[in-house]
Amino acid sequence: MARSQVRQPQKPPIDAWGAGRLGLIFSLFYRYGPPRWSQYVRQHWSGQRLVIGVPFLWLFLFFAVPFIIVFKLSFSEVRLAMPPYAPLIEKVSEAAYAINVNMGNYAYLFTDPLYTSSYLYSVKVAAVSTLFCLLVGYPMAYAIARSTPTLRNVWLMLIILPFWTSFLLRVYAWVGLLKTDGLINQALGLVGLGPYTMMYTDFAVYIGIVYSYLPFMILPLYSNLEKHDLTLLEAAADLGASPIKSFLRITLPLSFPGIVAGSLLVFIPAVGEYVIPSLLGRSDQLMIGRVLSDEFFANRDWPVASAVSIAMLLLLVVPIVLFQRFQNRELAGARK
Amino acid sequence: MKSRSLFRRLALFFGFAFLYVPILSMIVYSFNNSRLVTVWDADDSPTLKWYRALLSNDQILGAAWLSIKVAAVTATGAVILGTLAGLVLARFGPFKGRTLLSGMTTAPLVMPEVITGLSLLLLFVFLEQLIGWPQGRGFVTITIAHITFSMAYVTVVVQSRLATFDDSLEEAAMDLGARPAKVFFRITLPLILPAILSGWLLAFTLSWDDLVISQFVAGPGSTTLPMVVFSKVRLGVSPDINALATIMVMIVGFGVLVSALYMRRQERRVALEAQMARADKH
Repeated sequence: MARSQVRQPQKPPIDAWGAGRLGLIFSLFYRYGPPRWSQYVRQHWSGQRLVIGVPFLWLFLFFAVPFIIVFKLSFSEVRLAMPPYAPLIEKVSEAAYAINVNMGNYAYLFTDPLYTSSYLYSVKVAAVSTLFCLLVGYPMAYAIARSTPTLRNVWLMLIILPFWTSFLLRVYAWVGLLKTDGLINQALGLVGLGPYTMMYTDFAVYIGIVYSYLPFMILPLYSNLEKHDLTLLEAAADLGASPIKSFLRITLPLSFPGIVAGSLLVFIPAVGEYVIPSLLGRSDQLMIGRVLSDEFFANRDWPVASAVSIAMLLLLVVPIVLFQRFQNRELAGARK
Repeated sequence: MKSRSLFRRLALFFGFAFLYVPILSMIVYSFNNSRLVTVWDADDSPTLKWYRALLSNDQILGAAWLSIKVAAVTATGAVILGTLAGLVLARFGPFKGRTLLSGMTTAPLVMPEVITGLSLLLLFVFLEQLIGWPQGRGFVTITIAHITFSMAYVTVVVQSRLATFDDSLEEAAMDLGARPAKVFFRITLPLILPAILSGWLLAFTLSWDDLVISQFVAGPGSTTLPMVVFSKVRLGVSPDINALATIMVMIVGFGVLVSALYMRRQERRVALEAQMARADKH
């Protein structure tokens, strides 16, 4: 019986015929092509290419190519046409092509103070919110990690539960709380304080970001804190260290990777945040996500909107690469 | 020692108060008779009139139906593509383009939504010029955009699930002569099924919830629920949105409760089976 034969696990070489980029298309062609070719291909092709190829092509077409288009468009000139920009390579006459590479959009970003101030403001808001998020999230993650296993699951479920309900509605809930005649000011009024103006301020945006992104800070922190070896703390206590000292010298340094991961997960999306500042934030100082969207929809200036997003990506490239490294290390670490 | 446990309790108390007071306030005020969201009308409350208003609002119902359709198709597509990508990244070892693939799967997790939205819209405009597809924007473009950003989450969930067990079972099946497709459907798929289910739910929620990307890639006439809600709350607070929020919280809460109970039963069953297996051995 064929089944009982011990077959060597054949891991076919990925690049069977050393061919390059169009491997998948070729392999499909060969698969259904004339018989003598398919005979050859059957030996080398195992569907592996198809498995790699499907998600790869999807992401390439809908994630990588759009970025190339944005990049290209950021060097174009705006035109009153549909689509409202000039092509990079334009046919001027039968034999001549004009190359319209234009750095003007980027120069514009630096000369108009609207853009620089929005970038700086976005980074400031994101950094302050990340810090607040850490200050709120760390004690919670710590408390959850030190609970009994049953309680731990309950707490974690309660942390994640709001995440499953609508983000937009959770931000909207704060409008009713923060308004000048809102619930917080009514409560403060009972003890003779206020009313304070909280809506449409930086403070409201910080609250909104901390509130929406708190699970993203707590979960990486928790998964780090939960792995700590508690005997280290016992040893420190035996040697006479106070709880605060052993926290500062042992727990805090050990939890550094969790702090980095949580902070990046909050900081990066917060820079480009659109909904929270639109509902809760100031109208005299826009964040960059709003500027981009206004540039695109209100001004219909697609090239400048593209330049704004390329500049935003450049700003975020260091944190994003850091995050990817971390993510890969985590996934590799889980394997061991 | 006592002061530390007090500190932990306080951290949890204030943390959860921060997380849940806004949601509770929405639920309470959804039964308020007054149109002013912050004034509690004690005489005529509680009332269900905002729920009635919500359920007779055709714009909201239509948008919700579109959102459900988009989210269901998105979740299914994202699960298929994300599972393939997770499998490739966790199991296929090094291959040409691996770095690019892993970069393209993790980048959407942190990519600012405005950039993803803008770039996808430009792609659709460009494609329509080039090959005449997609004609106009609506259900198809929203779904493609949602699949693209939510498959990243599914990939991470599946990949980390695959990373928790080694491939010895798959190797064994291969050694016994199973072809790769069979190995996948008989061994790998059942093992990662929980991850796939939670990935489906995650993708559904992300799509259901998305505002920014939809705003970019939606055309006139295709308005998703978050777009309607956003345009309503931008004009000020409206109490029927509180009712909508309450309904959503109830559905989610119920779902989470059921799945938690189910998981507990599963765990107990597994524990019992393990016990019986041990007893058999002795």
